[in-house]
Amino acid sequence: MAEPLIEVNDLRVHFPTDDGLVKAVDGISFSLAAGETLGVVGESGSGKSVSFLTVMGLITRPQANIEGEIIFKGQDLLTMSQDELRSVRGEMVSMIFQDPMTSLHPFYKVGDQISEAIRVHQRVSKQEAREQAVEMLRRVGIPRPDERADQYPHEFSGGMRQRAMIAMALSLNPDLLIADEPTTALDVTVQAQILDLIDRLKEEFNAAVVIITHDLGVVAEHCDHIQVMYAGRIVESGDRNDIYYKAHHPYTWGLLRSIPRIDDTDDKERLSPIKGLPPSLIFVPPGCPFHPRCPYRFNKCDQEVPPLLPADGHHASACHLSLADKERIFKEEVIVRS
Amino acid sequence: MSVQVNERPNAPSTPERTPLIRIRGIRKLFPITRGILIQKRIGDVHAVDGVDLEVYKGETLGLVGETGCGKSTLARVIMRLYDATAGTIEFEGRDVTKLRGRELREMRRDMQMIFQDPFASLNPRKTIGTIIGTPFRLHKTVPKNRVKPEVQQLMELVGLNPEHYNRYPHEFSGGQRQRIGVARSLALRPKLIVCDEPVSALDVSIQAQILNLLEDLQQEFDLTYLFIAHDLAVVKHVSDRVAVMYLGKIVEMAAGNTLYRNPKHPYTGALLSAVPIADPDLASAKKRIILEGDVPSPIDPPSGCRFHPRCPNAQFPKCKEDDPDLMPFHEGQVAACHFPLEDRAIIATPDP
Repeated sequence: MAEPLIEVNDLRVHFPTDDGLVKAVDGISFSLAAGETLGVVGESGSGKSVSFLTVMGLITRPQANIEGEIIFKGQDLLTMSQDELRSVRGEMVSMIFQDPMTSLHPFYKVGDQISEAIRVHQRVSKQEAREQAVEMLRRVGIPRPDERADQYPHEFSGGMRQRAMIAMALSLNPDLLIADEPTTALDVTVQAQILDLIDRLKEEFNAAVVIITHDLGVVAEHCDHIQVMYAGRIVESGDRNDIYYKAHHPYTWGLLRSIPRIDDTDDKERLSPIKGLPPSLIFVPPGCPFHPRCPYRFNKCDQEVPPLLPADGHHASACHLSLADKERIFKEEVIVRS
Repeated sequence: MSVQVNERPNAPSTPERTPLIRIRGIRKLFPITRGILIQKRIGDVHAVDGVDLEVYKGETLGLVGETGCGKSTLARVIMRLYDATAGTIEFEGRDVTKLRGRELREMRRDMQMIFQDPFASLNPRKTIGTIIGTPFRLHKTVPKNRVKPEVQQLMELVGLNPEHYNRYPHEFSGGQRQRIGVARSLALRPKLIVCDEPVSALDVSIQAQILNLLEDLQQEFDLTYLFIAHDLAVVKHVSDRVAVMYLGKIVEMAAGNTLYRNPKHPYTGALLSAVPIADPDLASAKKRIILEGDVPSPIDPPSGCRFHPRCPNAQFPKCKEDDPDLMPFHEGQVAACHFPLEDRAIIATPDP
């Protein structure tokens, strides 16, 4: 891997609440280089959004207990002051959110919202900022961008709004774009357009991209590296062929088996959902957090937390099963369908 | 889960094909008015514009399409929640388009609906017991003192703990709430259940649990489903036949596998090519039909074939002037297109 753009070391984000300490993120480490796309997969409450909101500096002390390091271009974001962070946000890291309906301000024209972001960070005149905003709208594929810039968000369709959000996020040419469920609220055809757009812009801007999603299909088509999160931890990480053709963690197997696939030839085959529900992040099960739902658990699993150990290259998984068992189970029980 | 798990029989191609629902020429226009005191009608939203459809007993008919294509409106017209502007709806051979009052209420026992949003479709101030028991109280199919045991039986059936009878919706997770919605829809032992995006709001592992539950219940109670979703993979998995809607019309209908292998309508092809496949090699091997722009406004739908402004295969002036009818292709497949796609145009998978 090339020189990492961002390196996260043993990040923990815990929220103190009246009911107890919510361990939303519990010791994750990863790195990402420029030009790469990282897919982060997991169910609601697995800590995937919280990790990256922390990277963005949108979750800070004292609202949460944050430990670990987020090294971005050699600087630790967690030791920066709010003022310093403000210059990082937008110029170096920016984020697009799931819901394009609520992330634009309904009272302001779309063009003004984008030029405001530009003017906060750059010394440019209103006129120049507007020209840049229109140019960005054009680059994200909005037809007649100069007219569109003077419209309000309600005049945009869902896909158009998400494009406008991407235009805003990229207007300062950041090094890292974090997309938190960017297409969950959109139709598949629009989803395909938006994901292609992100791919294309990644090349154009030579940025690193993080796509947070619960859709294993989205990551299969658009991500180089994938990490699977469960209960605030990374349970498996690897490149996409590792995850789809050689997955090692029972939770990843569960995810792969529970999605109906368009390429299934036998539709009457039953899905195998993962039993039970994700655990409470206050009372995380001892040992491996997945053990209460895991069909392959054995005596060690509720005693020791399995470390995230590399198997080959950068394919790593946090599971006590032996590598031979993992490979056998994956071959015999997981890929039987294709 | 307490429901017995049975193998599903093969697709119901042989059994007697009696349509449970037969709709003919259904149109639903929503007027657009201008003015406050004197309202002038200045146009219509053509939400559903001429749909013929049969849903056979015991089958699952899937309905897919993008936002705004009219799939939910069609479902609500079938449920008689909206009155159709034109066309007829037959339920078990009887015309129910114009039923009113008591007759309509009685018919509704046979048709129930499961909604998309498990958070908005349950009254937060009522207990689960009250919510699931409401159909019994309204239709008086069960004497008052029997309501509670009946409700608890339903709860057990859908995999909820009957001891949670007195809990409120906020105490349940999304998947459990959807189970509550399923239990409520089953209370009157309906013949048809319309599922309007029942799993779109759920996490993948929970989604699979609900889909399996729906399959089990179909077996156990001989249910017929009209299953609406925008996720082609989910629809294909649950459905015997899939109908694709675009701007108020059905553009193609076929068995899921036929649709997947040999889509005929370019719109079906585009939908199919946009579905992300959780298999990197297969994903990169598929052909892409990228649609430009958004669905046109249903207020003033395009002339001729409604898909022509976005269609990669459109030939002019034919497609702009002549609205294609549904034509038969492979067995059980119909599509409305002048220049249909070739076989295996999107995904070149070998026959099983």
